[in-house]
Amino acid sequence: MDLSAINPVLLIASLMVAATPLLLAAIGELVVEKAGVLNLGVEGMMIVGAISGFAISVESGSPMLGLIAAMIGGALLSLLFAFLTQFALANQVASGLALTLFGLGLSALMGQSYVGIKPPAMATLDIPVISDIPVIGPILFSHDPVLYIGIALCAGVWAFLKFSRGGLVLRAVGESHDAAHALGYNVIRVRILAIMFGGACAGLGGAYISLIRVPQWTEGMTAGIGWIALALVVFASWKPWRVLLGAYLFGGINVLQLNLQAAGIAIPVEYLAMSPYLITILVLVIMSADKSGAPASLGRTFHASQ
Amino acid sequence: MMSDTGPLLSISGLTKAYPGVVANDTVSFDIGQSEVHALLGENGAGKSTLVKMIYGLVKPDSGTMTWKGQPFTPAEPKAARAAGVAMVFQHFSLFDALNVAENVALGMEDPPPMRDLARKIRQVSETYGLPLDPNRTVGDLSAGERQRVEIIRCLLQDPKLLIMDEPTSVLTPQEVEILFETLNKLKAEGTSILYISHKLEEIRTLCDHATILRLGKNVGECVPAETSARDMAEMMVGDTLQTPTRSTEKAGDVVLDVSGLSLEPANPFGTTLKNIHFTVRGGEILGLGGVAGNGQDELLAALSGETPTWPDAIKVKGSEVGNLGPSARRRLGILAAPEERLGHAAAPDMSLTENALLTGAIREELTSNGFVNWSGTTSFAENIIKSFDVRTPGTHVAARALSGGNLQKFVIGREVLQRPEVLIVNQPTWGVDAAAAAAIRQSLLDLAAGGAAIVVISQDLDELMEISDRFGALNEGRLSDIRPAAGLTIDEIGLMMGGAHGMEAAHIGAEGTPA
Amino acid sequence: MIKLEKRPMPSRTLSVATPLIAVAITMIAGGLLFSALGKNPFEAIRTIFWDPIFGEFAFYYRPQLLVKGAPLVLIAIGLSLGFKAGIWNIGAEGQYIIGSLCGAAVGLAFYPFDSFVVFPLMILAGALGGWAWAMIPALLKVKFGTNEILVSLMLVYVAEQLLASMSLGLLRNPEGHGFPGSRNFNDYPAGTSWINEAAGLHWGMVFAFIAVIFAYILLNRHILGFNIRLTGEAPRAARFSGVSPTRLILFCLGTSGALAGLAGLFEVSGPGGQVSIDFNVGYGFTAIIVAFLGRLHPVGILLAGLLMALTYIGGEIAQGNLGLPSAAIQVFQGMLLFFLLALDLLTNYRVRFAVKGAA
Repeated sequence: MDLSAINPVLLIASLMVAATPLLLAAIGELVVEKAGVLNLGVEGMMIVGAISGFAISVESGSPMLGLIAAMIGGALLSLLFAFLTQFALANQVASGLALTLFGLGLSALMGQSYVGIKPPAMATLDIPVISDIPVIGPILFSHDPVLYIGIALCAGVWAFLKFSRGGLVLRAVGESHDAAHALGYNVIRVRILAIMFGGACAGLGGAYISLIRVPQWTEGMTAGIGWIALALVVFASWKPWRVLLGAYLFGGINVLQLNLQAAGIAIPVEYLAMSPYLITILVLVIMSADKSGAPASLGRTFHASQ
Repeated sequence: MMSDTGPLLSISGLTKAYPGVVANDTVSFDIGQSEVHALLGENGAGKSTLVKMIYGLVKPDSGTMTWKGQPFTPAEPKAARAAGVAMVFQHFSLFDALNVAENVALGMEDPPPMRDLARKIRQVSETYGLPLDPNRTVGDLSAGERQRVEIIRCLLQDPKLLIMDEPTSVLTPQEVEILFETLNKLKAEGTSILYISHKLEEIRTLCDHATILRLGKNVGECVPAETSARDMAEMMVGDTLQTPTRSTEKAGDVVLDVSGLSLEPANPFGTTLKNIHFTVRGGEILGLGGVAGNGQDELLAALSGETPTWPDAIKVKGSEVGNLGPSARRRLGILAAPEERLGHAAAPDMSLTENALLTGAIREELTSNGFVNWSGTTSFAENIIKSFDVRTPGTHVAARALSGGNLQKFVIGREVLQRPEVLIVNQPTWGVDAAAAAAIRQSLLDLAAGGAAIVVISQDLDELMEISDRFGALNEGRLSDIRPAAGLTIDEIGLMMGGAHGMEAAHIGAEGTPA
Repeated sequence: MIKLEKRPMPSRTLSVATPLIAVAITMIAGGLLFSALGKNPFEAIRTIFWDPIFGEFAFYYRPQLLVKGAPLVLIAIGLSLGFKAGIWNIGAEGQYIIGSLCGAAVGLAFYPFDSFVVFPLMILAGALGGWAWAMIPALLKVKFGTNEILVSLMLVYVAEQLLASMSLGLLRNPEGHGFPGSRNFNDYPAGTSWINEAAGLHWGMVFAFIAVIFAYILLNRHILGFNIRLTGEAPRAARFSGVSPTRLILFCLGTSGALAGLAGLFEVSGPGGQVSIDFNVGYGFTAIIVAFLGRLHPVGILLAGLLMALTYIGGEIAQGNLGLPSAAIQVFQGMLLFFLLALDLLTNYRVRFAVKGAA
């Protein structure tokens, strides 16, 4: 065992990379849940995003196109969920599960010819001078652009929900769809837009894994990150900045356990590998007492009957 | 200032049908400029559908509306609001977790920035004597204060027509008075008001003109000040009303004894019950009034056993039952009927047979070793339907398929037929037509005559005065002193209900301001 | 313009018909998918749905139907109880793994002791293992209000790691020359779930049938089953009726965990044969589809379990004969659930096509 092999600067830098897919998926789901919809299909949308992004960037040679394709892929898949829950009035829990099961199968099918291929690399944002500053440079200024997009998205969602008219309407719809309907807001339209936004974010998060973090394609490679993202929204009490904090916390745990595995610590690999999931449970237990931020209409089906 | 050239809104031949029911059948009437126009009718008469058409929430099947002489077909509430229609809803239009200013902003087309809006809210609330803090969370407000949010939301739009749907059902008599002052002030400023209610005395005091709806049809018009309440009632119901009869029996021993009952609410916007004391004797009906949201649901849950408390907080015939759950209490003869019919008192998608089992399993001995006796349950359900004149094709019908009045008869009948020693009911006739309401009240009186101790929680003061022996009122989770119902004046009742919530200072100020 | 009208009562006919319609539509959509993959759609559908039962090698595949169907039915029956009450155990895969580990551990501890008590003890251990694993989300939900969906799912990943650890460590075959995986139960007569391996009969099938009957009686004749349905339909009415949510959560999660654990035990000591890293093949997740496809009705679940088993077997044949990727079957199963959920609308709502456009 050699703990000195763990470089704290690299650790923090890779923590941010590990946190980004989680952050993207969770911030998208936060918006969906704020609109009163519980989409348990995050894992499915992520994995479809992962393979859509991977395939398109391999075929086109452009990682940027791949990321856009991933967002479209995630959003398209989320439209299925939107159709089921908003038009067919299906149970949101069941529909979300269906989305995940379907997404896992679909991605495996789509990804058959992409196993073992290396995708084109994404350039990092190496800004001259400041990225060369010791310690701060590698931690803050030499990442891929998507990582910064993730943080910007978090800020954007926060500002949107807090200050904008659209954000107010979205929260209102999530709080009481009956009241929002009575005031003349189009509940279904608001929710579909939110669901698609969540799908695009999850897709982007998935592609981040297959194109940047790993980068390659393997079946089921999201390995529960979508589910952890769902837990993260609860952890964050539906507050964007706490999603960011939570994502970095989870990213940190994951990177740390991987580093400990690599360092050959005396704990068996399997027990280290299960730690992120156990910690997720622990966090859920601690945070579940506080449901104050939960939208009141979360998970309820809306039908304007009369 | 105001032109007398024609009506503000003219409605002619409006018709709207839903599967199985014609909600509005060729309804016509006019609302004049700065007129307070009453829309009078029983529950289910089609009042709500009509105003939803005016507000753009529902599109009429046929008929026309004209607004200041121009055709008026609002496709959505936005269009109606733009024309100058504003509406104060009875339910469903506030967001508990948002603050007052945000709630107001959601009801406006082009809200100013939040800070300006907050200032405007303060300004309007002072002008009209409706004090309100724009930063408070709506879920923490009392029912009367919530209504103020809705009214202010409307006033900020400078409406030409203000629609108010049963506005006084959530107010104390003192608050009603203040509301009427506000409405008269608005009228003097040229605003027309469409006032929906089934409370006749209110309409006689406030309204210039009344249109009466029955079963979706326009059945009459009158000038309320010149028409007796009894005549209006008969137009509304289409029948002569029967007043319940009661036999004057001597009350027996104390059956239900509640002392020092305090309880934290289960949900964040609920009411805390604070040190409640009362007793009810056998053969006696205790009426508990109070504005909605002052602890009614919580009190019923504590008495039915849904939220158990300390053993000695509730005693029945001397034995402590406060910690028992609903099943154990039923075994002892303590039965209850909650306010919300669909989803609380009955399961909407389950059949009447299954709904009979819901509370009847224990006292009617419908199970043995846990196995359900379905034929016995069906005959219990049939018995309820027969004894309480529930109109339904059969026991297999889902609860949600019944009309409000019929389901309420079923729910009350289910408990009454189980020979309760103590019965607690919350809003027994809410949203029920007059005939069914009379039948339900009569059954409660009969049950009391048989020696049961009954607690009726209701927001309908007329109902409570009609059937209770003694009266108390809930206010912010506290119970007033209990007093004999006979001889109580409306002012005394109002003060027991807490007077005007949070209005005293502002009201005094408002009286000094010329209208 | 399409309008939805809520029916006064759910349609019984359509409640039976919608799963059949969903299967039919899925076949059409699946056919399109297969032809998009360059396969002959009719041949593919025939290979999947016809050949296993009536084809040339049906004598071999028919028993397989029960082998694959039994764990699906066993797990889905348990899940359906919770789903009916609005308690979402989606971690059956984890309970399945832990059940198999506990049962196998007991069996391996007795090896090579030959007695009729060994297998019943294994059954007990399997059920207890699954039950205990499901009790984690149940107790956390009861005590802290923690979301059971997320906790039960997280525990699947934990269970998978435990499985890996066990098959590489504690339960590894001491005579296995260092290869991962435990002893094979097919070589241990006292500890195998096979009743007759040649005929493809094992105890899991017996238990699956018992579970179907048990669930049917529970839901239709017993007050506990009524309380489960009531809680799902109207939670407040259930509390008013006197149902204790706590006990219901413990019962539903516990029962589904125990049944999933049993399924795991029967699989590991029979068709699976041994504890190994890739022992679990997703029955716990497919059972969710089975539960919904069977409309949460015990008899429906029995039929749905067999149908789903058919797609597994047919899929394998199609993989061998036509080169159809195995993921295509997964997509096929996912589509089935989609169509089913979408069509569910018809049981509760009437769809009307309004002639008027703007009015």
